[in-house]
Amino acid sequence: MALHLAQWCILALAFVAIGAVVAPSSPRTIRTFYAACAAISIVVLALAARHLLTQAPAETSRLPIGLPWIGARLRIDAISAFFQLIVNFGGFAASLYAIGYGVDEESPKRVLPFYAIFLAGMNLVLIADDAFTFLASWEFMSLSSWALVVSRHRDRENVQAGYVYLLMAAFGTFALLLVFGLLAGADGHYGFSAMRSASHASGLAGAAMVLALVATGSKAGLAPLHVWLPLAHPAAPSHVSALMSGVMTKVAIYGFVRIVFDLLGQPAWWWGLVVLAIGGATATLGVLYAMFERDLKRMLAYSTVENVGVVFVGLGLALAFKTNGMGSAAALAFTAAVFHALNHSLFKSLLFFGAGAVLHGTGERDIEKLGGLIHTMPQTAFVFLGGCLAISALPPLNGFASEWLLFQGILLSPDVPQWGLKLAIPAIGALLALAAALAGACFVRAYGVAFLGRPRSECASGAHEVDLFSRGAMFLLLAACVLTGILPGLVIDAAAPVTIAAVGESMPRQVSQSWLNIVPIAASRSSYNGLLVMAFIAFTTIVAVRAIHKFASDRLRRAPAWDCGFPNADPATQYTAASFAQPIGRVFGETVFRTREKVDMPAPGALRPARLVLSMRDPIWDAIYARIHGAVDYVSGRLNVLQFLTIRLYLSLVFAVLIALLLAVSIWT
Amino acid sequence: MDLMLELAIQGVQMAIVLTAAPLLLGFTRAVRARLLSRQGPPLLQPYRDLARLLRKEVVLAENASWLFRSAPYMVLAATWVAASVVPTFATGLYFSWTADLIAITALLGSARFFMALVAMDVGTSFGGIGASREMMFATLAEPAMLMIFFTVALVAGSTELSYVANFMLTHASLRVSLGLALFALIIVALAENARIPVDNPATHLELTMVHEAMVLEYSGRHLAVIELAAALKLLLYISLIVCIFFPWGIAPHGAGPIGYALGVFAYLSKATVAAVLMVLFETSIAKMRVFRVPEFLGVALMLGLLGILLRFMSRSF
Repeated sequence: MALHLAQWCILALAFVAIGAVVAPSSPRTIRTFYAACAAISIVVLALAARHLLTQAPAETSRLPIGLPWIGARLRIDAISAFFQLIVNFGGFAASLYAIGYGVDEESPKRVLPFYAIFLAGMNLVLIADDAFTFLASWEFMSLSSWALVVSRHRDRENVQAGYVYLLMAAFGTFALLLVFGLLAGADGHYGFSAMRSASHASGLAGAAMVLALVATGSKAGLAPLHVWLPLAHPAAPSHVSALMSGVMTKVAIYGFVRIVFDLLGQPAWWWGLVVLAIGGATATLGVLYAMFERDLKRMLAYSTVENVGVVFVGLGLALAFKTNGMGSAAALAFTAAVFHALNHSLFKSLLFFGAGAVLHGTGERDIEKLGGLIHTMPQTAFVFLGGCLAISALPPLNGFASEWLLFQGILLSPDVPQWGLKLAIPAIGALLALAAALAGACFVRAYGVAFLGRPRSECASGAHEVDLFSRGAMFLLLAACVLTGILPGLVIDAAAPVTIAAVGESMPRQVSQSWLNIVPIAASRSSYNGLLVMAFIAFTTIVAVRAIHKFASDRLRRAPAWDCGFPNADPATQYTAASFAQPIGRVFGETVFRTREKVDMPAPGALRPARLVLSMRDPIWDAIYARIHGAVDYVSGRLNVLQFLTIRLYLSLVFAVLIALLLAVSIWT
Repeated sequence: MDLMLELAIQGVQMAIVLTAAPLLLGFTRAVRARLLSRQGPPLLQPYRDLARLLRKEVVLAENASWLFRSAPYMVLAATWVAASVVPTFATGLYFSWTADLIAITALLGSARFFMALVAMDVGTSFGGIGASREMMFATLAEPAMLMIFFTVALVAGSTELSYVANFMLTHASLRVSLGLALFALIIVALAENARIPVDNPATHLELTMVHEAMVLEYSGRHLAVIELAAALKLLLYISLIVCIFFPWGIAPHGAGPIGYALGVFAYLSKATVAAVLMVLFETSIAKMRVFRVPEFLGVALMLGLLGILLRFMSRSF
């Protein structure tokens, strides 16, 4: 039933795409099509929620499309349903936002058809049950999002971003192809059910795990495969950026969960170590990149890299626990990972919508040119603040709830017997704590510079609030962030069937706890109650406000800023984003980014200005991509001579290759 | 009836921390003055300062936003909530399971987040410099604090402070990892409360200040609320150190009036000793340059990490 309807919904999205191509592009039709996308998303969302909450058994079906002797196998189980929830809530919010926002797009016809296909592709990945369908829908998702990235193709930067994205997507799919090749074995069982029941040799399964990590990690943005993400995500229109960052990365995480936790069977101990190390490095590196970024949307994209790292740390912990048969600990870590994935989809979509609103209101993405938006765009400023609090893992919002669970998982890990893990996990915990603290600093910087202070340019002082639909979508997401933050028990219970499917056990039921506490293992170990923290904060705030207003003077006078007696009217005297990040750059950047500050101070009396030059290097780009680029350049330069040969030489070349191939074949057999 | 009693004890705790916080501040100032052979302000001076600030009018910068006016209350609320779940005179407070050590760290993080944000609200260079430096310290202090708490949690087998205090009381033994954690927590506490050698609470010399630079634009009742929150934070850190490492004399759950009275007495005397030690340390050391502070805090982070590593290696450390 759920599967059947989901298929129809995907088909409906395809029709929306066709309709969008055919129909005239008036604002009215665009609104209608986005509304249709929102409606379809909400239907799939409801189906997925029902499937998850009733703990319905898995459903399968087979469609007579695709390869003739296989067909397309589809399946919905708890894992699919949970990720459908994430994808379609994000899809619904983005479509709602786009009802207002998408109308102002310069060429809507370049966006809307691909947008619908993109949604359809992501939904199809989640219900694919054989390798062919999975790969085909994965490519649908990649290519449609590529088309969205280059929708503003006149901008040179966007085209370049699209090119890098296409390369990385092709690389990822290639790795995925190899994964399924390894799993299918010599007999070519392309169905997931056959892969699941087959027993894989340990070396083969290990290779498949690494390849799956590369394939899904390149889509999700794991370091060092993240380079495309901060280029491509911001290039798309903001509602698509939100979908790519908030939702598509979750589809990639789904791919990893599906392959490694579901299809590969029992993990080896080093799998957890690899995933943990890469996750921890990605989290810290991502947020450090974000700290020094001045483009608002690109900063958010780097923060996505960080959060994906956090999710993978949770998955790595779950793998480590699963290997050692620590079922309840594995369930805790896995729940933390999927909970964080859900949370990230909520607050990252919210923040991208906010960035879109800022872009719409000011025409500017560079935070150094913004400032004072809290006065001109008060509602956007309010929701963006909520998003910043949530993503900085501050209680009682949702980001904290999932990070809290993850830290509880780390505290359970001394019982792991392998020394490699024992030594690595505390270090990963420290990296995670560092990433959380840096995220706080990063969002204080972004919010403080863009929304507070005085306007740094005319476009910032003349900003205007966005339309009602866009604001509605942002408030909806903020409400979701608050709700999942104060009632984390509901999400943990909803994720119980998912953890059972992935690691075989689930966390204890939370809703039955007194006062709606969340208690991962036992009350004597740890507990947290978002609702009460919220109530406590509300109570103490009210007490403080009432007391102050009763006893204190309520006189208030507006005056120029004090600033130690020397206020300066020039907005350029404010702290900039670069100056805010400078101390952190000196602490962390010198080792990671080799930041160098060169001060050129003219002699007294000289008329030239003083200069400060700050240089930074991207270590990953330098170490990997620049070298690959150099190698490709070198080889293609060398092969260039082959372009100018005579016909005789070409023929003899072909003949030689033929002989070599025939020889190879005869020796092989 | 039981519920009422429990709620009353929780309420007493909340009231004690709020009212005792300025007293602690006054006490540290008095001791400090004596150590410097000055007469110093009277013990109750911080209360008078607060009352004076409350009576004054607020002078608000022309472009200050609603966030600027509401943030002091948010800072106070977050700090107060964190302080009310740290056991001071009794363990097993009714709402102690609301927030554990990790949540306390994050609540203090929320207070800092708001403080740093509003420092940038008016758009002055001093606000920015304060916020930027505060967040730089935080990027090291917060992970260090989490590492310390992880060490403690691994020793006690719980992140709940009530259980931790009980464990330390009943299974007290000298452990290397706990020693490292104590040392690191003292460093973090000095940094987080803007004490010497990290920041000077008494200075108004622009280039050396961090906390003062952030609150430069505040006046009147808003400043009073912020000062109260700062005093509360100092009390919170002293309570934390006392509760985790020196829980002697703390009243167990349901101790009865005499037990609670003894608990209050024990708590006050321990806090006094801790405050005297802190001032002794402060007067014997000079303030650091700003870029030496990361090294100072880095020591705390490394010690915390070492503590955890030792616990991962063997349970006997």
